[in-house]
Amino acid sequence: MRKHLLSIDDLSVDDMDTIFATAAEMHDVQRREVKKLPALRGRTIINLFFEDSTRTRSSFEIAGKWLSADTINITGKGSSASKGESLRDTVLTITAMGVDALVMRHAASGSALQVSQWVDASVINAGDGTHEHPSQALLDAYTLRRTLGTLEGKRVLLVGDLTHSRVFRSNVKCLTRLGAEVTVVAPPTLMPSGVDTWSREAGFATSYDLDEALPKADAVMMLRVQRERMSGGFFPSAREYTVGYGLTRDRLAVLGPDVPICHPGPMNRGLEIAADAADAAQSLVLDQVSSGLAVRMSILYHLLAGEGA
Amino acid sequence: MTEQTPGTILLRGASLLGERSADVLVVDGVIAEIGSLSAEGARVVDADGLVALPGLVDLHTHLREPGREDAETVVTGSRAAAMGGFTAVLAMANTSPVTDTAEAAERVHDLGLAAGLVDVQPVGAVTKGLGGEELAELGLMARSRARVRVFSDDGRCVADPRVMRRALEYVKAFGGVVSQHSQDPDLAGPQSCCHEGELSGRLGLPGWPGVAEEVIVARDVMLARHTGSRVHVAHASTAGTVEVLRWAKSQGIAVTAEVTPHHLLLTTDLLSGYDPTYKVNPPLRPAEDVEALRAALADGTIDAVATDHAPHARHDKEHAFVDAAFGMLGLETALPVVASVMVESGLMTWADVARVMSTTPAAIAGLEGHGRGLEVGAPANIVLVDPSADLTVDRDASVSLSRNNPWHGRTFGAAVRHTLLRGRPTVLDGSLV
Repeated sequence: MRKHLLSIDDLSVDDMDTIFATAAEMHDVQRREVKKLPALRGRTIINLFFEDSTRTRSSFEIAGKWLSADTINITGKGSSASKGESLRDTVLTITAMGVDALVMRHAASGSALQVSQWVDASVINAGDGTHEHPSQALLDAYTLRRTLGTLEGKRVLLVGDLTHSRVFRSNVKCLTRLGAEVTVVAPPTLMPSGVDTWSREAGFATSYDLDEALPKADAVMMLRVQRERMSGGFFPSAREYTVGYGLTRDRLAVLGPDVPICHPGPMNRGLEIAADAADAAQSLVLDQVSSGLAVRMSILYHLLAGEGA
Repeated sequence: MTEQTPGTILLRGASLLGERSADVLVVDGVIAEIGSLSAEGARVVDADGLVALPGLVDLHTHLREPGREDAETVVTGSRAAAMGGFTAVLAMANTSPVTDTAEAAERVHDLGLAAGLVDVQPVGAVTKGLGGEELAELGLMARSRARVRVFSDDGRCVADPRVMRRALEYVKAFGGVVSQHSQDPDLAGPQSCCHEGELSGRLGLPGWPGVAEEVIVARDVMLARHTGSRVHVAHASTAGTVEVLRWAKSQGIAVTAEVTPHHLLLTTDLLSGYDPTYKVNPPLRPAEDVEALRAALADGTIDAVATDHAPHARHDKEHAFVDAAFGMLGLETALPVVASVMVESGLMTWADVARVMSTTPAAIAGLEGHGRGLEVGAPANIVLVDPSADLTVDRDASVSLSRNNPWHGRTFGAAVRHTLLRGRPTVLDGSLV
């Protein structure tokens, strides 16, 4: 594996399989009474979160602690630009304290890549704007593989606000590379620009019609409607969105009881996902959280545990 | 034979507009003779193999003074201009404070005079503080010592059509022109930082679509027709804009347009690495737009090349892409880029370069003494270009205060060797005098 994890593009399928295999071992650690492994003793990881996050930050923090690394959280709303300091100065100041890894979330797309060019530490992208969230994609794929057995040939729907979703951008790469047949569903206003060309090249399908796509799905991943990122009216009303693109009780019935449902959270219950669907027996929402811990332990282990790890 | 003075220079063997070889005798700042001439008593500049063009005129320069003297000053920007073969530049109004009064315009004008390397002609703001609402004191700026003729809120679009209409009407009184930064702010969106297209979709960057430029250009040419005034389209960047311009010119509407060297050569693909060096406004566009811009410059639909020289301190570019400053350097490299894209490709001749980088911009800006032909009696504003150079751009060799140079490491086949401002060398053998 490379030094950084900035994008799913950094990983080969073999890399992903390695991460998943180690994650399965890490998953077992969670069931132990003492959850500590010595693998990263003496290593320092900074969780640098310029943007609000609860689950991703705490997941990386616990992952680091269970691997015996020293983990430090630095949070701050807004970008460094709003404080008057350049991003480069900010990260150089922080990494000058002898840091092995920087787990970074930032509201700006591409920021993790830029930072990786300035610092010596490993950079793990924990979400850069609307670009990528690779650890989320890996944990989603890991969770679905545990449930479906394989992703090869499985039809996975990604539904929702694609334009503003870093989870979508990482997942569509990750899932297609692992053999899934991915269809993305959204109203035209929430499809990323140029998606027609992109989807042809990357090998995924697009649809505006959830009801047409839903009955064929082997798994459904609902994406959050990111109202905070929407400066204009991307759809007429919440009611209309739910009618067109929500995983409602009626659609849950169409889906059947064996088709897993994922959501990266936080969920807008009643908007993109009905409570019935979120809490259904086939919902993997909480499995995603626990799997996420195992996958992030695996990522940290492979990036930081030394040569040949 | 004209009597020779200590201020006499003989340019020996220059290729005038790349068309015919001749000696050019400059006396007291004026072209005195052209032909096969004696060097007696004159300072001789060997121009063998060099192309002589009228001194270049830039319609669109950001000098950052007052306000951001850490990025550029009138002096350092003048140096960069001279090194690029320019003898006149129009300094945009979006300084701090904004150039929106006669006093502010005269200050920039005087700083240019003091620097003495190029004629620095201030552009006046269209609206107070670039606020887009109230007209700035256009008439007072026009009547000032700075004699402002070009008005622009560049960096921002005059988005309100009523304000734009009034500005176009008002500047008619003194032969002014409004240079518009065509960007519908609502269509482009508040955080837009690149071209909206497939790449912005993949990168997750908020893009602004070409249509946000085109709707403003279309609106403004109709306003120009309605008012009978002149409008100038700053930094045209899309094929759609070219279509609108072509139609407007066919209708006899008084519209002119400029294109930057970087929009003639660079494409949006460069953004794949999120390098803010390539973040510019308007954004770099896809190859089909670049092709349309080249064709439009060659056939006269686009009238001029303008640099949009936009120096920034290093730290203003060392932010995440969406937060980094817009703009790139351009004065020192404009001519090599245009030569590479337009002349070496056979799309244009050197005479065409003289038209789009000197004669027409001077005419648009109403600059007397610039953009004249290389003819006896004309002010000796001259640039001499080596058309077979092997110039590798080194950003650290720039005389600008800033380093946001998109051409670093690129090699071009033409380079500016000498620049004369009213007969006085400002650059000799590629170095400032």
